[in-house]
Amino acid sequence: MELLKDQLVVCANGLISRETFTIRDRTENFYMIGSMGLASSIGLGVALSKPSRKVIILDGDGNLLMNLGSLPMAGSLQPKNLLHIVLDNEVYASTGNQPTISNVVELEDIARSAKYAYIKKVTTDEELRREVVHILENDGPSFLLVKISEKEEQRELGRVTHSPEEIKERFMSAIN
Amino acid sequence: MFKSEDFAQELINNGYDFFTGVPCTIIGNLIATLTERPDITYIPAVREDVAVGVASGAYMAGKIPVVLMQNSGLGQCLNALTSLNLIYKLPCLLIVTWRGFEGKDAPEHLVMGRICEKLLDTVGIPHHTFNPDNIKVLINMSYKLITENKKPLALLLKKGIID
Repeated sequence: MELLKDQLVVCANGLISRETFTIRDRTENFYMIGSMGLASSIGLGVALSKPSRKVIILDGDGNLLMNLGSLPMAGSLQPKNLLHIVLDNEVYASTGNQPTISNVVELEDIARSAKYAYIKKVTTDEELRREVVHILENDGPSFLLVKISEKEEQRELGRVTHSPEEIKERFMSAIN
Repeated sequence: MFKSEDFAQELINNGYDFFTGVPCTIIGNLIATLTERPDITYIPAVREDVAVGVASGAYMAGKIPVVLMQNSGLGQCLNALTSLNLIYKLPCLLIVTWRGFEGKDAPEHLVMGRICEKLLDTVGIPHHTFNPDNIKVLINMSYKLITENKKPLALLLKKGIID
């Protein structure tokens, strides 16, 4: 989050929104609290309508698996300003770490088939930093798969305290 | 019959500037018209809830979106409408084709054809139905309603109203 300037960030529901809110709340963050799976679609809609701004989708493996169709949509439309970051812990962490199927499915291969312009899988902090800097500076659509351990998400996290309407209003002010 | 070109023009004249959706034969020509026009964008969505998500993002980035779908898609996007649009107050115009109207259609359309109005009532999404004489009035009214109330509005479109 410290690498971000004015980029717009659409956060998937559950712990991803809550953790982003806890670490660095900013008006450029849209916290999706329901509609699981749709962060990638909301982010795509923003990116297509506001090509002058970089849009980051902060997705999870559970969310992405629920809406795999979002990958070929982004790949076919090729929005240069779209960065799709998937935090992949191989579990539904928000509901008690039930396994997803991303331990056997190569999500980055699906992104490659879907024609993302840049695809990378990272497993260490160092690689993550380097790749985030890279995709922020280059054209997309980019897909960054971040393999994380479920332990990294075990901290106690509060819920997003802004109301959905407040989240929307301040996100819209930050865009327009 | 109202021409699809004129229907599209009416939407554009009233301020709608972002289009997405999933096809139905009833709106086949309308989608073809929207796709061909150089002055607007029609984004083909892979599913109706995805279309609603993309439209919601477009709205937050300054657009006034229209989502086109068959009424079968209402079931598909129910969670998007209830846990995204209605709680964040994100408006969009839903143009929903009414398959299964009065029970005259293929079997897969009959249940949704019978309940789609009740479903919208239950969810709390206002709706109106096009007839040959109210097309301009409904489109004009819809823009005012969704931008003022900041929630989705559904306009149901039966077979035979537009070409």
